[in-house]
Amino acid sequence: MSSIKRIVLDVLKPHQPNALDFASAIADQNPGCHVKVTVTEIDEKTETTVVVIESDDIPYQTIVETITGLGASVHSIDEVEVSNSPPPER
Amino acid sequence: MFDRLRFLFQLTRADKIARRYFVTNGFDGALTILGLTMGFYASGGVAIPVAISACLGAAIALTVSGFASAYVSETAEREQELKELEQALGHDLEDTAHGRAARLVPVLIGTVNGFAPFIMALLIITPLWLSEAGMALPLAPLEASIVVAFITLFLLGAFIGTVSHRFWLWSGLRTLLIGLLTAGIILIIGA
Repeated sequence: MSSIKRIVLDVLKPHQPNALDFASAIADQNPGCHVKVTVTEIDEKTETTVVVIESDDIPYQTIVETITGLGASVHSIDEVEVSNSPPPER
Repeated sequence: MFDRLRFLFQLTRADKIARRYFVTNGFDGALTILGLTMGFYASGGVAIPVAISACLGAAIALTVSGFASAYVSETAEREQELKELEQALGHDLEDTAHGRAARLVPVLIGTVNGFAPFIMALLIITPLWLSEAGMALPLAPLEASIVVAFITLFLLGAFIGTVSHRFWLWSGLRTLLIGLLTAGIILIIGA
């Protein structure tokens, strides 16, 4: 069974919540996830950000729902690391 | 639930707006009830139940007016902001935190704006109620109400001073002076 270990998303978000609250909200709703948000561009009402999430098993759909629930949208998946762990030995 | 409300308030920066509304309309309420009680006092006094009814009527009118005006104006503002944000982001925000905030924040701000004058009015007319209940007061009921109104105005000013990181005593004395000026004008006109 493969699991997502690391994912880099290009996210367009409103100014509020700010990067700290945005990252905290994603981490709060997805326990075990390490979240890094980098603001790369600031416009009048929006910010373009790069969101890097690392975990043993990233729940991608929940992450996207959290992001859209905060008013932001995922523009693209820029990087992803998926691992397929070998089945446990008997 | 309170965490969610706090988050929505932070998201829209409505906490500062609510605080401003509380002070503005609370000040309105305190000054209106001070005006009423001063009017009764200057005209030689009225029966206490009449004064209570008049003050309560004014307080209810201020509450309804405060809620309605803040709700209508905040709803229009929030809808406009939401539309602009939707255009900038290129997608619908109805089911997001921003959409929920746009619907909920006007109600909360309206409630703050409505209840601020009501609370001030209840404080100011408390001596009238106590007198009606048979409690002995150190001053005549109307005079006691006027004193409470001055104290309320001073406390509101002190609160503004604390919030704006100014010297609270000076800020309190300033709002007290406004109350004293208002009372003086009513006394001159009513005498």
